[in-house]
Amino acid sequence: MSSQYPGLLIIVPLLSALLISVAGWVNKRLCFPIAVVGLSVALYASIGLLLRVLAADPALDGGVVLYRLGGWDPPWGIAYYVDRLNALVLVVVSVSALLNLIATKNDVRESFSTKIGAFYTLYILLVTGLLGITVTGDAFNLYVLLEITALTGYGLIAMGGEYRAPLASLNYVYMGTIGACFYLLGVGYLYMITGSLNMADIASILPGLYDSKVVLAAFVICMVGVWLKMGFFPLHAWLPNAYTYAPSAVSSLIAPLMTKVMIYVMIRLMLTVFTPEFTFSVLALQTSVVWLAVIAIVMGSILALGAPDVKKMLTYIIVAEVGYMVGGAWLGNRAGMTGSILHIANDALMTLCVFLAVGNVVYRVKGYGFDDLRGIFVKMPFTMIGFVAGAFSIIGVPPTCGFFSKWYLISGGIEAGHYGFVAALVFSSLINAVLFFKLIEVGYYGSEDAHHHHGTTPVSMAEAPVSMVVPLLIVAGGLIAVGLYTGDIVARIIDPVIAQTIMD
Amino acid sequence: MSEIISSVVAHYNYWIYIALMMIGLYAVIGKKNLIKKIIGVNIFQTAIILFYVSIGAKKGATIPIIHHGPGGGHHETTASVIEASQYMNPLPHVLMLTAIVVAVATLGVALALAIKVYNQYGTLEEDEILSRIRVR
Repeated sequence: MSSQYPGLLIIVPLLSALLISVAGWVNKRLCFPIAVVGLSVALYASIGLLLRVLAADPALDGGVVLYRLGGWDPPWGIAYYVDRLNALVLVVVSVSALLNLIATKNDVRESFSTKIGAFYTLYILLVTGLLGITVTGDAFNLYVLLEITALTGYGLIAMGGEYRAPLASLNYVYMGTIGACFYLLGVGYLYMITGSLNMADIASILPGLYDSKVVLAAFVICMVGVWLKMGFFPLHAWLPNAYTYAPSAVSSLIAPLMTKVMIYVMIRLMLTVFTPEFTFSVLALQTSVVWLAVIAIVMGSILALGAPDVKKMLTYIIVAEVGYMVGGAWLGNRAGMTGSILHIANDALMTLCVFLAVGNVVYRVKGYGFDDLRGIFVKMPFTMIGFVAGAFSIIGVPPTCGFFSKWYLISGGIEAGHYGFVAALVFSSLINAVLFFKLIEVGYYGSEDAHHHHGTTPVSMAEAPVSMVVPLLIVAGGLIAVGLYTGDIVARIIDPVIAQTIMD
Repeated sequence: MSEIISSVVAHYNYWIYIALMMIGLYAVIGKKNLIKKIIGVNIFQTAIILFYVSIGAKKGATIPIIHHGPGGGHHETTASVIEASQYMNPLPHVLMLTAIVVAVATLGVALALAIKVYNQYGTLEEDEILSRIRVR
C-alpha cells in the first residue's frame, strides 16, 4: 500500500474530480464530501511519503522514493521521484488545499449555488495538477500538468461574479500559455541534445555538454517560462488582477500555491536537472538575476503601497515575495537556498492565512476596500487575530515563521556579499510593516468615523461562521508552530536536499 | 554572406519556427483585439509544435514500424539488421499529440472567456474595455 503513495496522490484526486462532476448532476450535496475525501487521501499519502523519505538513508539510495508508472523503467517510462524537497512541497500543497476547501465551504455554497459541481471539479483538478507538478520526475509530464493547473485556474478565476474577472482571467490565459510554451520549448532543446525527458537521466547526461550553446538556450528559455508563470517582476503584469478579481475561495487557493509550486519547479531545474555546478559556475547570470530579484522586491513593495484595496495590496506583496525566493535561490550559497526553500513552505502558509482572513471579511462585509475594514476588530475579532498573525509573519516578527526564512535569506545575502539584496529585504519588511499597521489602524480605530454617521449605534460583533474561523486559526497557529520548529525542518529536510546536490 | 545563407538553408526549420513564434508573440503583445490575441497565442503554440515535429524528422527515413524485423512473422528467413538511421524518431511526434490537445483546450477556455468578456462589456477591443472600466 505505502509503495503506491505517489500514484494514489494523483489518481485519487483525479478520480474524485470526475465523481464530483457526476455528483454535480445527481445530488449537489455530495460534491463537498467527495472533495474532502479526495484531498484527505492526498494529504495522507503526502505525509506518508514525507515520513518515508525522512526515514530513508540519504547515503544509501539518495533518500529518493521512485515510482514507475505502468511498471516502465525510468529513462523510457514516466517516473515519479519523491525526495525531501518535493515531499515538503507536497505536504504544504495538500495541507493548504484541504484547509482552504473546508474553510470556504459556506462561501462556495452561497456564491456558486448552481455551479457547485463545476467549482469543486475544477478545484480538485487544480490541486491534482499542483501535486503532479511537484511529484513528477519527467520534464514533459511536468508541462502537461502545468497546463492542467493553469487551465483549471483560468476557469476558477473567471467563475465569480466580479465585474473585471473575465478580462483578468483572459490576460492570464495569454501570459500563462506563453510561459508554459517557453518551458516546453526549453524542454525541446534539452531533448534535442540529450535524447531524454527524464530529469535524473538528463542530469546524468548533461555534465559533458555544459559548453554547448543548446544547453544554455534550454536553460534560459526554461527559466523565462517559469518566471512568467510565477510572476517574477517584469513578467508579473497578469498576476495582481487575476488574483484580486478571483472569488475569495479561489484567491486563497491559487495565491498561496501557484507561485510557490512554480518556485519549486525553478529550484528543481536549478538543483536537479542542470545541477548547481552549471547554474552557478558555468553560467554568468547569477548576479544579474539577483539584481532582478532586488528590483522585483522593491517594485512589488512600492506597488503594494499604492494599491487601491486590500486584496490588490496582498497580491503585490506576493510579487515581492517571489522576488525573495528567486533572489535567495540565485545567491548561490547554502543559506540563500535554505531560506528560499524554507520560504516556499512559510510563504504558502502565511499567504493562505491572510487570504483566508480577507475571505472571511468579504463573506461578512461584502467588500475588500480599505473603508470596508473600519471597526473590523470589533466586528470580527477572531478573523482579525488570524489576519494579524499572518501579517506579522509577512513582516517577519520573530516567533512567526516568516522571520526565520527572512533571516536565512538575509544571512545568505551577507555571505554572498550582495548588499543590494539585503537592503531590498529590509526595505520590503519596513514597507510591509507600514502597510499592515495602516490596515490594523483602520480596523482598530476606524470605528470612530462610523460613530459620526450612525449616531450612537455601536458596531456589533458579526464574526464569520465557526467553520471558516477554525481553519484560519489553525493556519495562524501553524505559522507559529512552523516558526518554532524551523531548526528541525532545516536540519532534517532542507540540509540533506542541498547536501545531495553538493552545493556550497 | 554566403555563410549566413547556407546556415539559413541548412536550418530552415528553426528559422520558420522562430518566425512563426515571433508573429504569435507580436499578435499577443501588439494587437488590441482580444480574439486576435487568442489567435496569436495559438500561432505561438503551433510554432513550438512545428519545432518538435521537425527535430523528429529525418531525410530518407520511414515510419518506425519494423516490418521485416525479427519476430515480424512473414519473412523470418530474411531477418536483417535493423538500422536506427532508417527510421524516424516517433517520440517528439507523440509528445506533440499531447501538446495539440493542450492547445485545443487552451483555445476553448480562451474563447469561452472571450464570450464572457463580450457579454460584460459589449466589445472585444481592449482599449474600449479599459475605458469602460475607468468610467465605472
